[in-house]
Amino acid sequence: MTQQAATIERRYVEAWNAAIAPSSSDVPAELHALRESAIAKFEEVGFPTARRGNEAWKYTDVAPIANAAFEDLAPAAPVRVATEALDQHIMGGSVWNRMVFVDGHWVPSLTSMPTLPPQVTVTSLAKAMALHPHLVRDLLGRYAPYDESGFTALNTAFLRDGAVLIVPHDTVVEEPIHFIYLTSSEGQSSVTQPRTLVSMGRNAKASVIESYGALTDTLSLTNAVSEYVLAEGAQLDACRLQQHSGSAYHVGSAQVRLGRDSRFTSGAFDFGGAIARHTLSVALEGEGSECTLYGLYMTNHGQHVDNQVLVDHIAPHTTSEQVYKGVLDGRSRGVFHGSITVQQAAQKTNAKQSDKNLLLSDEAEVDTKPALWIYADDVRCGHGAACGKLDDGALFYLQSRGIDEAAARRMLVHGFANEVLEHVELTPLRVHLEQLITASLRSSRRPS
Amino acid sequence: MLEIRNLSASVGGNRVLNGINLTVEQGEVHAIMGPNGSGKSTLSYVLAGHPQYVVESGEAILDGEDLLAMPAEERARAGVFLQFQHPVEVPGVRLDQFLRAGYNAIHKSKGLEELDPLQFDRLLQQKAGIVNMEPTMLKRSVNDGFSGGEKKRNEILQMAMLEPRLSILDEPDSGLDVDSLRLVADGINQLRSPERAVILITHYQRILNLVVPDVVNVLMGGRIVRTGGVELAEEIEAEGYEGQDEVLQAQG
Repeated sequence: MTQQAATIERRYVEAWNAAIAPSSSDVPAELHALRESAIAKFEEVGFPTARRGNEAWKYTDVAPIANAAFEDLAPAAPVRVATEALDQHIMGGSVWNRMVFVDGHWVPSLTSMPTLPPQVTVTSLAKAMALHPHLVRDLLGRYAPYDESGFTALNTAFLRDGAVLIVPHDTVVEEPIHFIYLTSSEGQSSVTQPRTLVSMGRNAKASVIESYGALTDTLSLTNAVSEYVLAEGAQLDACRLQQHSGSAYHVGSAQVRLGRDSRFTSGAFDFGGAIARHTLSVALEGEGSECTLYGLYMTNHGQHVDNQVLVDHIAPHTTSEQVYKGVLDGRSRGVFHGSITVQQAAQKTNAKQSDKNLLLSDEAEVDTKPALWIYADDVRCGHGAACGKLDDGALFYLQSRGIDEAAARRMLVHGFANEVLEHVELTPLRVHLEQLITASLRSSRRPS
Repeated sequence: MLEIRNLSASVGGNRVLNGINLTVEQGEVHAIMGPNGSGKSTLSYVLAGHPQYVVESGEAILDGEDLLAMPAEERARAGVFLQFQHPVEVPGVRLDQFLRAGYNAIHKSKGLEELDPLQFDRLLQQKAGIVNMEPTMLKRSVNDGFSGGEKKRNEILQMAMLEPRLSILDEPDSGLDVDSLRLVADGINQLRSPERAVILITHYQRILNLVVPDVVNVLMGGRIVRTGGVELAEEIEAEGYEGQDEVLQAQG
């Protein structure tokens, strides 16, 4: 690490010494030991800013994030939350179960659990670590390794609060559970470290949505880590919705472990952020487990959105499907890296991957890179990547029926996105996404 | 109603239309027959406003308005409808929603009532009966996965919904079996009226037995080389297009 880089990382270590070290007695010793070990690891590996030999970050330069002079690296709980700014993140009215976090801290007054079965545990990580450590001790940090990623190490080092969901075996949670992570910053640029932990018992079933956004348009970094573990026969639908402001940086990763015959569906939706990078890593550990991973990224102006989807087929008879789509306008850039690994034991694997992109301007750019690592011989794998402009023939067809050009373009973009949206089973989420697509198209300026 | 004068046009740098003259009156059905590559589809695209087709000279006047100066959507609002020979597949865009957007845009431009989804669905289902289209197809993506015959019937359904003043039908008969051909022909005949006009482009006389034209034009080499009545179509059916050029020259 260079001298300059060391100085950057040093600021985070100092912030840790000031904010986390004094509160060591708030959590059980082994959890604080995890944080200590993680900050040491962060100091060692730092931010992945190297431009050479850094394949994982080849298309996303994190220097702007690493070099940003955030004023508050460990913000305190907010004094007051402007609830009117919260509205654009609320879905499912008074039916969905909801937990709101501002600047990394749980806000009990904005939390409601109207339709949660009594045997299900939803709690803040701060509470769980302090009062019920047995709930999280064996899970936290187990699936999200921090020895290779500076960002995961940083999140783990600053573990203070987050969301914990534990669904016991044979329990069906009918209504979604929505975790909303917002930055308010109260005028100061800041860094927050949201953490989500979901444990699904045998044959349990639930839907979870993680939303990320900002209450003000202030420079910020959200560095999120999620861990999902599904026991035998469990089913989880997990969506991630990123609608940050244009001044926000977002880095996130989700680690998913799938037990025997479990089913995981995930929707990844990126609309905001100056730089947004998300890694979704799914390990199909149990025989017969399945995952469907779909995503839509819609970018404009100078935005940069990077999705890394890593699927690891470990057990036989496992199935995975990745369907990602991007709509890129302005000078924005999209990155998609989808990798499928089929381990030697994972015979009868069925894996599919597709990433299709629509470029609405000449300056927009997309880098899409599939990677297949296949060590078993009896498998079916397919992948496809595409990148194109709006179909002139379709545009003319719509116009020839009286639809003006701008409306015709909007219809075609909605049509393009529909292949992803049709996977979204939660109606309030689908409606919300359709509104975000419409708003995103309004904000783009068409060359006349 | 439509007056085309000395219209020449090119696509991709190639001149395809070479001085078309054609007058279509209200209530008339004009057949345009011609061999492959004679410029039939080009004429239809030029009249509908396809941006890839470049007008080199000439004019087309619809009800006193300069048709060629309008973008495609305005021509549709002025009453022009092109039935595509190869209807475009539009994945992800539902047929009913697409057609309602067009219907309402046209109605709005005329100051007529726009329909909400429920009212529109009722009308659409009723019209779908004309071409024997299943209601479930109306909820599918436009032409996506439709058979050739379904695509053609879908075009006629759209025409029935939009009730154009001038319908340009580009080979409505190609690739159709006998039953579909009859449905398509019935759809066209239902729209015939003293206020409307139809330009029916075809290779074959077959459809002209079902949709009887008032005037038959023969298009070759980008020009109308002969004009006549129904008997002209019969003559071509019997003798082919070869020699039509010479007939013209002999007449000239």
